[in-house]
Amino acid sequence: MGLPEDYRLMARIRRFEERLAALKDAGEIPGSIHLCNGQEAVPVGACRALRDGDHVTATYRGHGWAIARGVDLTGLFAEMMGRDSALCGGRAASPYLSDPGRWFVGENSIVGAGVPIATGAALTAQRTGSGAVSVVSIGDGAMNQGNVHEALNLAAVLDLPLVLVVENNVYSEMSRIEDMVRVRQLAERAAGYGLPGRVVDGNDPDAVAEAVAEAVDRAREGSGPSIVEAMTERLVGHYSGDAQHYRPAGEIAAAREREPLARIRRAADAGLAARLDAIDAEVADEIEAAVTAARAVSYPDPATAKEHVYV
Amino acid sequence: MSESLRYIQAVNAALTWALDSRTDTVYFGEDVALPGGPFGATKGLHKRFGSDRIFDTPISETGFLGMALGAAMTGLRPIAEIMYADFSFVAMDQIVNQIATIHYSSAGRWKAPLVIRMQQGYSPGACAQHSHSPEAYFAHTPGLRVALPATPDDAYQMLRTAVVSDDPVVVAEARMLYPTRGPVRTDAPVEDIGGARVVRPGADVTVVAWSRMVSAALDAAATLAEEGVDVEVVDLRWLNPLDFDTVAASVARTGRLVVAHEANLTGGFGAEIAARAAAECFADLRAPVARVAAPDVPMPAAPALQAVVVPEAATVADAVRRTVRA
Repeated sequence: MGLPEDYRLMARIRRFEERLAALKDAGEIPGSIHLCNGQEAVPVGACRALRDGDHVTATYRGHGWAIARGVDLTGLFAEMMGRDSALCGGRAASPYLSDPGRWFVGENSIVGAGVPIATGAALTAQRTGSGAVSVVSIGDGAMNQGNVHEALNLAAVLDLPLVLVVENNVYSEMSRIEDMVRVRQLAERAAGYGLPGRVVDGNDPDAVAEAVAEAVDRAREGSGPSIVEAMTERLVGHYSGDAQHYRPAGEIAAAREREPLARIRRAADAGLAARLDAIDAEVADEIEAAVTAARAVSYPDPATAKEHVYV
Repeated sequence: MSESLRYIQAVNAALTWALDSRTDTVYFGEDVALPGGPFGATKGLHKRFGSDRIFDTPISETGFLGMALGAAMTGLRPIAEIMYADFSFVAMDQIVNQIATIHYSSAGRWKAPLVIRMQQGYSPGACAQHSHSPEAYFAHTPGLRVALPATPDDAYQMLRTAVVSDDPVVVAEARMLYPTRGPVRTDAPVEDIGGARVVRPGADVTVVAWSRMVSAALDAAATLAEEGVDVEVVDLRWLNPLDFDTVAASVARTGRLVVAHEANLTGGFGAEIAARAAAECFADLRAPVARVAAPDVPMPAAPALQAVVVPEAATVADAVRRTVRA
């Protein structure tokens, strides 16, 4: 991995989200969607530190994590279209999808609820001696949920192989995080659990990868959980249809200067720029092919609505 | 082979069986390992199986029920203990939004084979926050199985059934039954999930009960027999899967139905039984269905107040008398 491949993966996530937004506008996506435009370097950098068998748990803003973990693009689009996707058969949609085949424990629509569940994946790894780690992503706002507090302390006392990645996009849904906490950085709370905590540039996949790799190594060798706070910014609303009146003038324009894809573009010489152009074109084709394939997936058979309540 | 065990000893025997026969089973909760549990349900298990298999958690029901789910999804079969059923309310997100839904919402690709073991109901002096009978909340939630063992033998058999189930199961015991003693078939094969049981045949009226109210119903039946009323008692045992066929067959024989539970009246599971009886047994019913339940008040602590709130054998007997005279 490295620059061109990280760029490709981040561009794939960006293009996916942009295409999804267009599909939503066109009426092809029935439910609410929460996009991660601008935050792509966090899942891409973090997943670079992982191997097969490591579990990932994310939030409803988790399409980037699914894609970085290798979840099938056609399945993702089809699931979000309410079709009978190979992922969840249309039962989960954008905010609650998962994929056991890619060790993707899944998204969660309840803020913070994935952290206790990820703690359980870490318990399995520890008790079976599999050597796997469990990485869980939450947003900054989730740090104020009791479930996160409970799970962090639990994982700490059990020395579980858990890595918590806090994607701090400075908004707790639609409120400034600085109005919601009295600490300057959320990673400062790690000390309260007796855990290491680090703050990294969440728009730099290398910085994220380095910090998560350190936490993953620590977890694999049995030394317990860590917290990595990745500072980033959301280029779009909290949810589809969020007019973002609460964001000060110029904030999003400034964020566009700092976001990970623009940053790579700005630093690129002519040779690299040409390669990135080629990657953009390939990614656009790949996404369009996935949309086309997803549109060919049938809608779930209404006769199956009562299936899978019980094993 | 059957052994005479107290209810709480039967629970301990079932957990011993689970940890002994299934290496993917882990047990955790508050004060369950070194202390052996506040009622002794896990006495001796830590010494025998060690910290890898049974361990104490912080007082974090949401944290450790979520941990049970994640562990179940990835290959273990956890049994998580909620010390008092009342404490499940602080973890309802994990129970209702997470544990109950993941199998369905993944179109069956994830499973959550876990057990939430708890004990419920009033005891003398216990306040409102240690006296709930919350089974209707769980029975209302699609995706959960709900077990309410009423005897030492069922405490053993139903807990083992829950452990081998691939669905999440809430096993709600009755604290007031812990000292009761009875024969336990410790060598019986593990039973399939579900199934109500006629525990006393009778001709005049059916009383459907579960948990502590089964023994109250049997006591009422003994009293009523002396009055010439022949009561059939059905122990519902599992609220999910619900064996309504056994109830309907009993009502077809007796023509009268009384439902008895300790939980308060409104929205209690007795309402579900009454509604189904109205829909499916209408032609068989010779009297309105009666419900025995606590009134709609938070449980008081003082025994003098509990005496008029908690349904007992006399409450059941009164309801039966009204029903047979209707």
